[in-house]
Amino acid sequence: MEYDFSIGAAASAAVEYTLDNFSPMLDVIADVIGYFAAGIKSGLSWLSPWAFISIIALFALWRIGWKFAVLCGAALLLIVGMGLWKETIETLSLVVAATAIAIMIGIPLGILMARSSITGAGIRPLLDLMQTMPAFVYLIPAAMFFGLGAVPGIIATVIFSMPPVVRLTALGLRQVNREFVEAGLAFGCTDRQLLLKVQFPLALPSIMAGVNQTIMLGLSMVVIASMIGAGGLGNTVLTGIQRLDVGLGFEGGLAVVILAVILDRLTQSLSRPASLKIAVFSPGRIRARQDAAQLETAPIKTGA
Amino acid sequence: MIQNGDNVCSGKAANQPADKIVLRNVFKVFGSDASRAIKMIQAGQSKDAVQTETRCTIGVNNASFSVQEGEIFVVMGLSGSGKSTLLRLLNRLIEPTLGSILVDGQTVTSMSKLDLIELRRRDMSMVFQNFALLPNRTVLANAAFGLEIAGVRETERNRKALHALETVGLARYAASYPDELSGGMKQRVGLARALANEPTILLMDEAFSALDPLIRAEMQDELLRLQAENSRTIIFVSHDLDEAMRIGDRIAIMQDGVVVQVGTPEEIVISPANDYVRSFFRNVDVAQVFRAGDIARHSQITLIDRAGLSVNAALERMRAHDRDVAIVVARDKRYQGMVSAESLNDAVRAGGQDPYRQAFLPDIVPIEANASVAQVMGCVAGSRWPVPVVDPDGRYVGTISKSSLLMTLDRAA
Repeated sequence: MEYDFSIGAAASAAVEYTLDNFSPMLDVIADVIGYFAAGIKSGLSWLSPWAFISIIALFALWRIGWKFAVLCGAALLLIVGMGLWKETIETLSLVVAATAIAIMIGIPLGILMARSSITGAGIRPLLDLMQTMPAFVYLIPAAMFFGLGAVPGIIATVIFSMPPVVRLTALGLRQVNREFVEAGLAFGCTDRQLLLKVQFPLALPSIMAGVNQTIMLGLSMVVIASMIGAGGLGNTVLTGIQRLDVGLGFEGGLAVVILAVILDRLTQSLSRPASLKIAVFSPGRIRARQDAAQLETAPIKTGA
Repeated sequence: MIQNGDNVCSGKAANQPADKIVLRNVFKVFGSDASRAIKMIQAGQSKDAVQTETRCTIGVNNASFSVQEGEIFVVMGLSGSGKSTLLRLLNRLIEPTLGSILVDGQTVTSMSKLDLIELRRRDMSMVFQNFALLPNRTVLANAAFGLEIAGVRETERNRKALHALETVGLARYAASYPDELSGGMKQRVGLARALANEPTILLMDEAFSALDPLIRAEMQDELLRLQAENSRTIIFVSHDLDEAMRIGDRIAIMQDGVVVQVGTPEEIVISPANDYVRSFFRNVDVAQVFRAGDIARHSQITLIDRAGLSVNAALERMRAHDRDVAIVVARDKRYQGMVSAESLNDAVRAGGQDPYRQAFLPDIVPIEANASVAQVMGCVAGSRWPVPVVDPDGRYVGTISKSSLLMTLDRAA
């Protein structure tokens, strides 16, 4: 007896059907994402390399320390030296666009998952599928729906990179100590206030770890997405492979690694206190100080 | 059962303040089959039977009492007795399964979600065992939390929160983060947060239990001081007897979810409702509980009765230790008698064969170590000397002096 479940046929039929019937909607999505990505790209390209490198180095100095700032500057200068600056910025804007979309969808999804275990049970297998399906498989329908270029690349990247931020948002929210939740409720929080003022801030380290993972996965996917014309450093690597040019491939790969290390460290540092304790950067503390100072001087004023 | 609740107040004089919080037949059953569990309890089945039958846990079993305005009402019980659950029923952090709870005549149990939120913001604040201060906020922002939630403008809420921090002596730390404070200071912030929105009711869940004893006593004083300055109704959950006795105007004792007794500390000590309640207060009536052997001190000189002993050496030892009396024991520590320096000198002068036996003080009768302190009190009080204590085999255990007796009794106060 022979079995023949043509799931493959069903999948391609589904893609055909979507293409035939929802093509206007797909176009709208493509346009929105296209504008978004183009905006980010032109914004990042508008800065000269020197300005960009200085900003990154200063940010690294504030969040992490002078050693990493120096490393950042040197590594980015190396990219400029290799002549890959334009490609790097392209890749960076793809990653930023994809991550922004993944976060915009992923965090609300994570909140839903944390709130109800039924939703969680529904979403979890979907996340498993998104995460484990070989990345190349997304590329085919993405290209069919949205053509070649940056947009299908971003969409495939969003799908591939979204699961960590969803999972870690849900995990972070669920791990908030019951006593904090009780405290919030006891002081009269509405559901919304409880989420925004108690649970979300306390889950922030976990959520930021999710964002970090999403960025890292996004970067790896963006390189693959160059196969459908997303552009950027992936193109350099791809050209290197096609021409069997080991040197070019290595240069492209090195630029990806540099970008990855910088993005990883900088996003990780966001969930920790800054290394430079510059008072300007923590407004809450300043305000509390001022109020305390006012209180101390107030009696003197009234006395005089 | 409703009468039960009323009885608690009817014991008081007519001009007593009004009931702030009233609980009538409140039940809390945890588990999916709560309604069946309630029926079983009402049919008089035991807690264990209900639990094995329905797999439900009974948190609070038919609680009826009232709390008067301005009093500190301590809910006491062992862990698992349902006292924290009971506290959370009052602001419905835990939903009661059955029964009604009234605050200022309003029925909390039938309130809509919005009314409940309003009640929590305006009338009730809570202080938690492990402080529950938000680590991402400064001390000031923590103290202002309740006001922020209630929608008070920033300048206004910071002013009020700072004032609350001032009342607990922490205004200087307004800009610090909770991590930078000690346990006692953290709980002061917790207290300030609860006081900032000027509630009429404070719910305190084992609020001082996580603090070490010295700080705990300090915080109790602080609470009493705050209460004296500005009276609120405080429901204080505690498992600590000393704490309950110290701060409680009235105490409710819980056992397995049942409120077994409500009364002033004195009422509960004098007439405990059952052995469970009595067990809490066992240490209080030292005179009944302690045996003579427990408080006997081995502080007197013992002289061993043997042939050829030198009375002069004994006198010298007594002089050296500045003691008026000494205990004479046999080699096997069996009590023989008590001598004083005076009687010993007299015996030596009389020149008898056995100076010790001649010198024994006649009116000293040793006390049995098993006798309760209450039984021997008169004997010790009436004796000129410390009274020796012997065990059932007649061996010397120690002596009880008037001062050591008084010190023991003083611990009961």
